[in-house]
Amino acid sequence: MVDLQGPWTPLLGRLTLQEIPFDSPIVFGAFAFAATLAVIIIGLLTYYRGWGILWRDWLTSVDHKRIGIMYLIVGGVLLFRGFIDAVMMRTQQVMAAGPASPGYLGAEHGYLPPYHYDQVYGSHGTIMLIFAATPILAGFMNYLLPLQIGARDMAFPYLNSVALWMTAVGAGLVMLSLFVGDFSQAGWVGLTPLTEMSYSPDVGVDYWAWALEIGSIGTTLGAVNIIATIIKMRAPGMTWFRLPLFTWTALTTNVIGLTAFPVLGVALGLLLLDRYIGTHFFTTGFGGNFMLYTDLFWIWGHPEVYFIILPAWGMMSEIIPTFSEKPLFGYTVMVAATLSIGCISWTVWLHHFFTMGAGPIVNVFYSISTMLVSIPTGVKVFNWAFTMFRGRLTFTTPMLWAVSAIFMQLIGGLTGMMLAIPAINYMTHNTVFVIAHFHCVAMVTIFASVAGITFWFPKATGFKLDEASGQLVFWLFMAGTFTVFTAMFGLGFDGMPRRLAYIPYASWRPLMIVEEFGILLYCGSIAAFIYQIVVSVRNRAHNLVDVDAWGTTRSLEWMTHSPVPAYNFAVIPHVNARDEWAWRRDNGLADMLPEHYEDIEVPLNTPVPMFLGIATAGFGFAMVWRIWWLAAVSLAAVFIIIIIRSFGGTTGTVIPADAVRRTEQASRRKRRQNADNVLGDGVMAFAVKPRA
Amino acid sequence: MSTTSGHGQGSDPSKAVLWAESDHEHDIISTRLLGFWLYMLSDSLIFAALFTAYEVLTYNTSIAGGPTPAEVASPIRAYIETIVLLTSVLAFGLSMIALKRDRPRMVMAWMAVSALIGIGFLGMEWTELAGLAARGSTPQRSGYLSIFFTLIAVHGIHIAIGLLWMGVMLAQVARSGLTALVVYRMANLKIFWLYQALIWTFVFTFVYLRGSV
Repeated sequence: MVDLQGPWTPLLGRLTLQEIPFDSPIVFGAFAFAATLAVIIIGLLTYYRGWGILWRDWLTSVDHKRIGIMYLIVGGVLLFRGFIDAVMMRTQQVMAAGPASPGYLGAEHGYLPPYHYDQVYGSHGTIMLIFAATPILAGFMNYLLPLQIGARDMAFPYLNSVALWMTAVGAGLVMLSLFVGDFSQAGWVGLTPLTEMSYSPDVGVDYWAWALEIGSIGTTLGAVNIIATIIKMRAPGMTWFRLPLFTWTALTTNVIGLTAFPVLGVALGLLLLDRYIGTHFFTTGFGGNFMLYTDLFWIWGHPEVYFIILPAWGMMSEIIPTFSEKPLFGYTVMVAATLSIGCISWTVWLHHFFTMGAGPIVNVFYSISTMLVSIPTGVKVFNWAFTMFRGRLTFTTPMLWAVSAIFMQLIGGLTGMMLAIPAINYMTHNTVFVIAHFHCVAMVTIFASVAGITFWFPKATGFKLDEASGQLVFWLFMAGTFTVFTAMFGLGFDGMPRRLAYIPYASWRPLMIVEEFGILLYCGSIAAFIYQIVVSVRNRAHNLVDVDAWGTTRSLEWMTHSPVPAYNFAVIPHVNARDEWAWRRDNGLADMLPEHYEDIEVPLNTPVPMFLGIATAGFGFAMVWRIWWLAAVSLAAVFIIIIIRSFGGTTGTVIPADAVRRTEQASRRKRRQNADNVLGDGVMAFAVKPRA
Repeated sequence: MSTTSGHGQGSDPSKAVLWAESDHEHDIISTRLLGFWLYMLSDSLIFAALFTAYEVLTYNTSIAGGPTPAEVASPIRAYIETIVLLTSVLAFGLSMIALKRDRPRMVMAWMAVSALIGIGFLGMEWTELAGLAARGSTPQRSGYLSIFFTLIAVHGIHIAIGLLWMGVMLAQVARSGLTALVVYRMANLKIFWLYQALIWTFVFTFVYLRGSV
């Protein structure tokens, strides 16, 4: 029904050997790098006999903590990939400025032909927002939420695992597009009608759309799970206004996710119908309306921005009080600000296309609603400032990242307020000024996530990350950020358009050299981060921590052991105050132990979510390449797996009270030894000495 | 900063209860029902987006010289379809009453009736779309027909999944009786089946009644 403009066979669909780009040295280099990494990982796993552990403790696990860590790993890997894309783009632009700039590797200017460059910027955006930031935040939420509200697990542990696998399949499809076929060259927003079959006949757009569709199923299922967990699984005494702020932001963000992602699903679904059966939703003829796509996409797209930033604010609201040794200033107002930002997020989407002829009345409405966002956001910034005011500040690495995130918030937010004025927007639309603006906002998420990683790392592993190299990572990253984006704001004021593979004006080159220098600082920061991990793991014996890794923490997750046992809390705590752990510590109750233990029910491991993931991956791949038989088989497999499991027997098991007692005593004994070993070094973490 | 004042709502530490009495039982059925309601909320947004697209694509430009809503949508036929679908919902309601009275055979009987009527409805939707396509009004004809077919087909997919679910539940009730697992799944299926009928009433009003004038 659709003109494929190319060969198609029933067995392999559109897939041919020519689709594997042997001839591109860049792709081949990437493939060699990925293959080497895979060989090293497989070798290490085999050498350390890790396959059983990988299967038992990770791939089949339904434990929210392990799922959270797996989300973080998926997000981290994709973050690296997205960063490489950024390096490639910056390098291309600095090399391809001005008519005299030389060309290499078959490109007229720079080293990437436009077709390849367009795929790089499309995948950079798609990956960073959907497959890096979203999984990283989902990882934090999975790991922390049950701990913060005093639960043993999520409301639906099995569904949690399914959601993880859907996200991983989406990410996998994006990665696969690098080696088999092409990725979309229509930008991460999928500009219609460029994404239509007649203008993008190759599989790039299909990869992009199916990856997003499948990934967003994962996000939606995750949102159901997290909202149900917060509503239903709170410990006794954990009233709504005692919830830690991160939990509040997670709730808000997932309400956004639950309501926004289906709209993306529809926008992409209609686009795929256009591409697969030849309907006319967003085409240029036969009554298609491509502004409909733009609206539907941004009805999801703008809430998605807040989906990404709200948990970041939540983490900042946990970290800043901890290192100010004060409760969060204006807790109730913070909650109100979080919820109101969640509401406003639905009413601002049109500000992404003020220039597309909606008319002054409509533009003014969206201009004002956009400006309204600044009120609750400003409230948040002031509240963090007042939290620090007259606090006992300790500038550890997490605190440095969190405080810098406030600065990024100010820069990103204030330039956002400039863009909210349609008159200014007409001048800056599609310039790199906009790019610099939203990267500063996205940096809030990056900064807060690194802060969060450093802050909660000891909770997950039992030891802290190395402080000195952590500071190095921070300062390099900070310097890189300011170098790149200050220059980019300047280029934006000069009117440089975004998404250019070739820059006609050589006069823009000096500032782009500055940006490239900033990128080098970023590379240094990444190298320092890898060094930090290596050093921290090697010296972990010197950085072991007690339950309360920082000595001044406030919420429930710091009450249980580090690393957290499978059952989270030996006995569920009864919550008496907001910042329960700080309240217990300040009232001398931190060492109080429960009198008796009981049997604990935990869910059994299951490989079913992984099987669902494999079947879904088969479906996605088959649809991209139009291999109809494989698509039908995979989809049938998904349904059959779900139905078979619904007939299954027990899904839970019991940890006997005796075992719980033994684990508790063993970890207390170990902790005491550690404390005796290390206390002499004056490690702050042991300021609270456990009494056992 | 060791005063309690800053912690908000802190109770007297000397009298505080520090640990939960026992693992307080989270009500699994109510948790899962809540989860399913949340899922239905996201499903509603799918239909909200589709109805929005429908509204946009009924403008003259999107009809693109092809058949108009008045020529495509037949309110009389849709009215019969509505009655059929609501009868199926009624039968499912009777099945749920039997569930409350703990009569597994009656549960199965009424659910089978509901499913059979549902199959009939699906057949009516199918013949309607097939008939339109046979007259040349295919979804490829115009933007309007694209969204008309898609909206009806997405509703039809919901019906099909509901029917598949009923088949599975028939087998499970027959196999294990009315266990807690079966009961919560029946309750979720009830929500789902009522929900798709509710969506149909919107389709009937918005597409068929409004389209016919």
